Amino acid sequence: MAEEVKLFRTWSSRYSLRIVWALKLKGIEYETIFEDLTNKSPSLLQYNPTHGKVPVLVHDGKPVCESLVILEYVDETWKHNPLLPQDPYEKSMARFWANFGDDKLMKSISQLFIAHEKDQDVAAVAALENLKIVEEQLKGKKFFHGETIGYLDLAFGWIANLVSILEEIMSLKLVDGERFPHLSSWIQHFIDAPVIRDCWPPRDKMIIKYQVMREKYLAAATPK
Amino acid sequence: MGEESKVVLHGMWSSPFVKRVELAMKIKGIPFEYVEEELSNKSPLILKYNPVHKKVPILVHNGKPVCESLLILEYIDETWPSGPQLLPKDPYQRAKVRFWAAYIQQLLTSMARLFNDGKEAQGKALEEVHEKLRNLEDGVKEFYFPEGSISPDHVLAEKLGILDIMMSATLGPFKAHEEAFNVKILDPEKNPLIFSWVQALIQLPVVKQTAPPHDKYLGLLQFLKQSGFKF
Repeated sequence: MAEEVKLFRTWSSRYSLRIVWALKLKGIEYETIFEDLTNKSPSLLQYNPTHGKVPVLVHDGKPVCESLVILEYVDETWKHNPLLPQDPYEKSMARFWANFGDDKLMKSISQLFIAHEKDQDVAAVAALENLKIVEEQLKGKKFFHGETIGYLDLAFGWIANLVSILEEIMSLKLVDGERFPHLSSWIQHFIDAPVIRDCWPPRDKMIIKYQVMREKYLAAATPK
Repeated sequence: MGEESKVVLHGMWSSPFVKRVELAMKIKGIPFEYVEEELSNKSPLILKYNPVHKKVPILVHNGKPVCESLLILEYIDETWPSGPQLLPKDPYQRAKVRFWAAYIQQLLTSMARLFNDGKEAQGKALEEVHEKLRNLEDGVKEFYFPEGSISPDHVLAEKLGILDIMMSATLGPFKAHEEAFNVKILDPEKNPLIFSWVQALIQLPVVKQTAPPHDKYLGLLQFLKQSGFKF
């Protein structure tokens, strides 16, 4: 019996990209449903009534929500080409770093992105500190788990794309080759990987989207 | 598994995050040493084992530290597979448990916001907590309590899983929260399922043993509230 796999995503969602990559790595055929989050489909609201967010993976009619939860589901359901380490301790470390990426790192980079010029220096300190922590994790490794792409590369994948976009918009360099040799090298390997390469959202469209977003935040911030 | 196994849990008696891990260890019947830490005066071990967040709980298993309560629960289940299953075996059920465990975590964050807010902001923060409880009630009903109510043999010590653990640790002390902050969090009329679930959980000996003593906990909450502590 053929399996039915659907992925609800948006064109730009970094979280959805994780699942696109995972399904590609596992060689799983699926149908893509692109959502407009300003006008959510009834299906999306039915499959994710709590948050109404993407990505949602629907496997034979059963919805799975939250990108990191979906990654584990994909890995447990299709066991070939494993994404996560088998050893419980290594697995817990992988999950720890994925959480760090989403909670601390992403937040600090977002804060920098929406900071007014006078607050940028302080915001940059936090972002750079967190990036340094990731840099340490990559020492002596091509990808986070070694020679091949795995869970943490997918979890951190957004760095390889979004950071340079934010750098261009803000005219600043966050991840430079001198301060972040391992992270810079990882970015290059990841961007060029065959499975990853063709999935990036159109860069010009991303620049416009994030530029508009930044302007909105800067305009909305209360003047002191 | 677990022949020459040394397990140390670094925690704080009042932390709901630590309570999750304590409960899990007790449910699984894993012997462990407990070290009480003071967060105002962090021991070098905390800084060594959790340099990124400098927080408890930290489970140190044969010298290797595992941090973050939910990750520790998964680690415990994978490392000591015998005894009660904290997570189901089926990948789809596991995904649901993980989703709702994360949601209960968000509920705790909303509760912390409620505790931090002064009288003026409390209305909005309380509404957020109640909304999360409603969502939790609806979401968990279908998946965890298909009969629509708590059956007596559902909430048994041998059958407790991650969601039961999360609920015990997060909402078990709800009476102390309500008294300290003068708010009604858990209403049997608005959340009948969650209310009876929590009531069933807090009767269990293993939950009673692990729960922070009510008066001591209430005293701490009141003290922290006076001193403007940010939860």
